[in-house]
Amino acid sequence: MSALLEVRGVSKVFPIGGVLSGRQMRAVDDVSFSVGEAGPEIFTIIGESGSGKTTLARMILGLEHPTSGDIIFEGQPVTHPNRALRLKFMGKVQPVFQNPFEAFNPLKRVDGYLASTARQFLGLRDAASIDAAMDGALQKVGLSLAEVKGRYPHELSGGQLQRVAIARALIPNPSLLIADEPVSMVDASLRMAIVNLLRDLRDNFGVCVIYITHDLATAYYISDRLVIMQRGLIVEMGVARQILDAPQHPYSRLLKASVLSPETFGGAALAPPPDLDASSLATSASPAGALVVQADGRAVRLPSS
Amino acid sequence: MTDILSVQDLKAYYLMNYFGVRREVRAVDGVTLSIGRNEVYGIAGESSSGKTSLIKVLAAAIRPPLRIVGGSALYRFTTGDIDIARASRDELDAIRWRNLSYIMQGSMSVLNPLRKVGRIFEDFASRPLGLSGAAFRQRVAQHLERLKLNPNIMNAYPHELSGGMRQRVTIGLATVCNPEFIIADEPTTALDVVVQKDVLGLIKDLQTSMGSSIIFVTHDMAVHANIADRIGIIYAGRLVEEAPTKTLFTAPKHPYTAHLVASLPRIGDTGQRPALEGRPPNLADPPAGCRFHPRCPLVIDKCKTEVPPLETVGPGQRSACWRWRDVQPIAPQRPRVMETVK
Amino acid sequence: MFSVFRDLIRYNAEFAIGLVLVGLVVILAALSFVSPVDPTAVYRAPLDQPPSLQYLFGTNSRGQDMFWQLAFAFRNTLSFGVMVAIFSRIVAILVGLVAGYVGGWVDRVLMFINDIFVAIPIFPILILFYFVMRANSNAVLLALLMAGFGWPYDARLIRSVALGLRFREFSRQAVFAGMSPVKIMFHEHLPYVMPIIFATAMANMIWAIGLEVTLAVLGFTNLNIPTVGTTLYWANNHSSLVVGTWWWIAIPVAIVVIMFVGLFLLAVSLNEYIDPRSRLRRMGA
Repeated sequence: MSALLEVRGVSKVFPIGGVLSGRQMRAVDDVSFSVGEAGPEIFTIIGESGSGKTTLARMILGLEHPTSGDIIFEGQPVTHPNRALRLKFMGKVQPVFQNPFEAFNPLKRVDGYLASTARQFLGLRDAASIDAAMDGALQKVGLSLAEVKGRYPHELSGGQLQRVAIARALIPNPSLLIADEPVSMVDASLRMAIVNLLRDLRDNFGVCVIYITHDLATAYYISDRLVIMQRGLIVEMGVARQILDAPQHPYSRLLKASVLSPETFGGAALAPPPDLDASSLATSASPAGALVVQADGRAVRLPSS
Repeated sequence: MTDILSVQDLKAYYLMNYFGVRREVRAVDGVTLSIGRNEVYGIAGESSSGKTSLIKVLAAAIRPPLRIVGGSALYRFTTGDIDIARASRDELDAIRWRNLSYIMQGSMSVLNPLRKVGRIFEDFASRPLGLSGAAFRQRVAQHLERLKLNPNIMNAYPHELSGGMRQRVTIGLATVCNPEFIIADEPTTALDVVVQKDVLGLIKDLQTSMGSSIIFVTHDMAVHANIADRIGIIYAGRLVEEAPTKTLFTAPKHPYTAHLVASLPRIGDTGQRPALEGRPPNLADPPAGCRFHPRCPLVIDKCKTEVPPLETVGPGQRSACWRWRDVQPIAPQRPRVMETVK
Repeated sequence: MFSVFRDLIRYNAEFAIGLVLVGLVVILAALSFVSPVDPTAVYRAPLDQPPSLQYLFGTNSRGQDMFWQLAFAFRNTLSFGVMVAIFSRIVAILVGLVAGYVGGWVDRVLMFINDIFVAIPIFPILILFYFVMRANSNAVLLALLMAGFGWPYDARLIRSVALGLRFREFSRQAVFAGMSPVKIMFHEHLPYVMPIIFATAMANMIWAIGLEVTLAVLGFTNLNIPTVGTTLYWANNHSSLVVGTWWWIAIPVAIVVIMFVGLFLLAVSLNEYIDPRSRLRRMGA
């Protein structure tokens, strides 16, 4: 089966400083992976701020053009010359954004976006079928149209808003959902509902999800495969649990060592890990090493010798 | 040892009247707690639980429409006692930054982007410290080195520093006068995991070396586990449980706490984690009786009409629940069979 | 709609006062529709009579009953001001929203045109208009011309709001909800722009009326149509202050002041009401 999404050698370079300074920032550097090759999966991109994960997401959505490389979705590139093709693409690939409170216009009711999605992507015209489509999607996320109809964003909690946003993304029956830090701004007690929902989408509705996060615990919980990015480079890629149980790249190990667990008490866990030089690792990517596929199937960027 | 802060039945509401629409949001509704010297007290709660309003009151940083409508918050500093609810503006000015300081959330926005870091320190700390000129700069440089920052950053603008460095500057600002009491409002929430751990270690070090007490507010329970000595859980403007850290995590005595603790995913464990139903209550129109009752798995009729008092249920542990004896830690369900690796 | 008005009147003193003041002037203007007197007729009434029960606002040196004269004058002036405000708002909204949301070369071109209109001095052009049209100049044409100069400042204001809104997350979500740019601009962004529209509409009205009065006082409009400006022109022409018919000038000026103050109060209070932030507070966010 061919992959749903293929990212081939994608780089994004931003010029910084003035036009004449010639300095560049490589936000994304030669990234390649494929998603959905063996059926619906949750593919996680883990990275800190500055790792390029959001830029990568924007390129996959077609909101930015890569400086080099291609992004191919269902055999077609993701940059579209006209609105009709773009609408068709958007019907198959939908985003979920980080901040549920900002994702909705505070002055408008939340079902506005839902109705518009139903109208544009499903071609529905009359109120009854639009309502039915909205209700169907809302049921999938554990809400119902009755709860949500006519509500303003401030009347709903962060968790509910994020679920409404996911429902909106599900209306056109997309094959790929790109969730950019969907739970980082949602309260801890409401977070698991959304994370469980993403898992449901893969298992029961066959939707591929690209889950972008910096939270290793939720990544461990739901991911199939994952990729760890640092400063625009992929440093480790492979089966999620394999990597998180035993990370190999120094940066991956540093990430895992920095995750605070609710099972350690007192300040002992806050001491820096003895075998990792934390401050230098965090600020510099391994220089120009190559991604090497290991015996267990994962790819690790080894330092150039 | 006397407590450094005693809060008695503190009430602070947002009283608003716009175009005839009168709203009373009961952000802090009868909170009673005490904090000892040299202690890290964690306050946990969801957004719109009232915890931000509570610490704004404790930091003497409230403005209308948020008003204190009852109760007291008494600080016992070495320079004298002061009750926030009744203090005058001059008295508050005297303690600010010298005895009581505030680490704010979101380092990006609290530093004036048009002032160099050294100048920002002058703006905040020169008067409370009573130093100026070279002596002041030297004191600041010493302090920055303690925070593992190069003193040269005093000549830099905030946007030239990374997020972690800026948050350290914010912490430095709050601690340069060696205050006895620090209120930290989500100081690590916007930071990366690696930087967060670093900054937390720093805060802990500073606290032990200065002997100050800290109120540490965050919704991240894992952070509380690692930094707090005691934790108080706020729900809908009220304190619903308070216990020493380890006890809170291993033997919670309030259903909300049990759920909070159980819903945290951990690396290495794929057990199904339960999610809490419903949504946090609207503070303008909270449920009658126990405010958690619409979402509580242990709810009985009494909970819907009578407010459970916050009573001592164990050594150092208080809980506001009629059925605290029935609360058990929630174990994750059997781990799902791992899907075959694709 | 009604409840909105009722709320405003009951709880906002500025709105209530503004409404009363403007209401008075509007009633005066509306009375012109039932006037027994032809406004362009002269020398029908006794000259230079001070205000009395028979002639509420007195008469002027041209033998006209000031009350009915002013009724027509305010009707014409008010409708002129409203026309200019509406036309220029429409242009300002279109230019501002499109420039702000679409960006790129469209933005540059529109702002270039905008700045040209800011730089062109309006007064000489209006005088030129008068000289070309002479007695054929009518209020609608003049209003269109003024509206053509009244939009640039506000277009820039609107553009800056639209620029800010473009990068907010709900705009991106709207794109993925399939909304066309036009729908996003006018459905999602317009409510944020409304306070500016209202505030600047009143300012625009005041500006247009002031300009019209200036032109008329100097004699550069069709003097046969009674407006506030032409009334002042004739008063000046007949040296009314010297002669002693102070009511000819004082009364129109007083009514104009009442009208401006009323409009200002309305604008301020409506603005606060429509402002997204205060709307959110009222909704309970």
